[in-house]
Amino acid sequence: MITITEQKPFEEVLKSLEKSQSVYIIGCGACATMLHTGGKSEVLAMKEKLEDAGKTVTGWMVIPTACDQLTEVALIESAGAIQAADSILVMSCAFGVQTAGFYTALPVFPALNTLFVGKEEGPGHFIDVCMQCGNCVLASTAGVCPLVRCSKSLLNGPCGGSVEGKCEVDSRIPCVWQTIYDRLATQGRLAELEEIEPIKDWGTSSSGAPRRFDVVTSDD
Amino acid sequence: MNPEPVSRLEQILKQGEFAVTAECGPPRGANADVIREKGELLKGFVDAVNVTDNQTAIVRMSSIAACVHLEQMGLEPVMQMVTRDRNRIALQSDILGAYSLGIRNILCLSGDHQTFGSQPEAMNVFDIDSMNLLHMVRTMGSEGTDMSGFELDEAPHMFIGAVANPFADPFEYRVIRLAKKIEAGAEFIQTQCVYNTERFKEWLRMAREQGLTEQVHILAGITPLKSANATRYMATKVAGMDIPDDIIKRIAGVPKSQAAAEGIKLCLETIQELRELEGIHGIHIMAIESEDKVGEIVEEAGLLPRPVVEV
Repeated sequence: MITITEQKPFEEVLKSLEKSQSVYIIGCGACATMLHTGGKSEVLAMKEKLEDAGKTVTGWMVIPTACDQLTEVALIESAGAIQAADSILVMSCAFGVQTAGFYTALPVFPALNTLFVGKEEGPGHFIDVCMQCGNCVLASTAGVCPLVRCSKSLLNGPCGGSVEGKCEVDSRIPCVWQTIYDRLATQGRLAELEEIEPIKDWGTSSSGAPRRFDVVTSDD
Repeated sequence: MNPEPVSRLEQILKQGEFAVTAECGPPRGANADVIREKGELLKGFVDAVNVTDNQTAIVRMSSIAACVHLEQMGLEPVMQMVTRDRNRIALQSDILGAYSLGIRNILCLSGDHQTFGSQPEAMNVFDIDSMNLLHMVRTMGSEGTDMSGFELDEAPHMFIGAVANPFADPFEYRVIRLAKKIEAGAEFIQTQCVYNTERFKEWLRMAREQGLTEQVHILAGITPLKSANATRYMATKVAGMDIPDDIIKRIAGVPKSQAAAEGIKLCLETIQELRELEGIHGIHIMAIESEDKVGEIVEEAGLLPRPVVEV
């Protein structure tokens, strides 16, 4: 499981830094490094591009895991160079950007787009397998999620555009309902497809309200 | 299912007539004359007119409004409703509104994906799927409540339809899906355009074996082919469309100026073949942007005059 990111177009990054003459850059040593979107070499490349564009880069660092609490410590340790900047450009997923923003009063700007939490299907190839809806349907879908793997999030079988195992939206997308059908057939569970999956409760999803979670242990 | 028919289409099907419906796409603009002109072309030739709901995910006049324009001309509309653009709250609200305006037939679909349309950057909804939409319309009519269980002040009793594509995969699942749609509330079915009659017959045979054709009225989809290029495009680019090679060859094999006439000839042969099938209760003609051909097809097929019924 890894947070999938891609770099924003440089023009967009420059636009968000319009009012910042000097910038401090933060990269991330975890997912963004693995994906070559916000590791050390990308941070250095960004530094060069920003300087070519007339900005002053007051410093940079690659935080091992930008989304965790140690980001606060890292920001304190580099306070000198950071305070000399008008803003911070964060080359991590949105978790890292928001973590940095939480521990500093300076404006923080994202250099990356956060796409999804990906599962590595093959070397360097990631797919979206879970939308974190908060109400898991995998029991009735052969362990594959149609909410995120079906273009229409259908819960009651394939639409009329499923042809030869492909999705009508893009022939590179396998029809997840064909996969579900094949798996259930292999497991002798095809009869389960006759059941109507009732209307879904989206109240547990991000559509409900900003979500939060408290760990409860037996000691509490 | 309501004991008393709520629409002319339902009455016609219930009395065992071979029904004829046609499709009518609303304009990309607010000009109601476009829909009225199409309505004029269809009047007297069909029992009901399907009005699409932003088909191919392109913004058009709303299905409800276009239905009302047709209704005012004395045509009976079938309101298509897709789950792509509205959540359950909006769907229920529009069903109530449509019913209050006299609309009595509804066809429930998930809808073409927005990436096919002119605004692919739109966010889709798909709060519920077509199966749940069918169930929702039936519950509102038969239980008289909305999805929260709230008792409605006047329940919308609609004649409820669904679509089926016997040409999509997995083939064996297509009959299971049909059964599910019937269980969810479908009283009539309109199918994908039929060109591969062999596969269609096989699907129908499986449906008959399960007793499904006794529980639902199936209207087979018909679309006249216009040209060799259009045929090839449909055969290769439209997902879930099954046009056998011999049909492509047949349309391509006549002079360009004769292709459309050959397409109509093929339609008539298909209609003839379909009429003889046990379990087919009508046809649904989707003559996209050639509504002027519908009258000719219905007349040549010997399906005139249309029955006169009052509901």
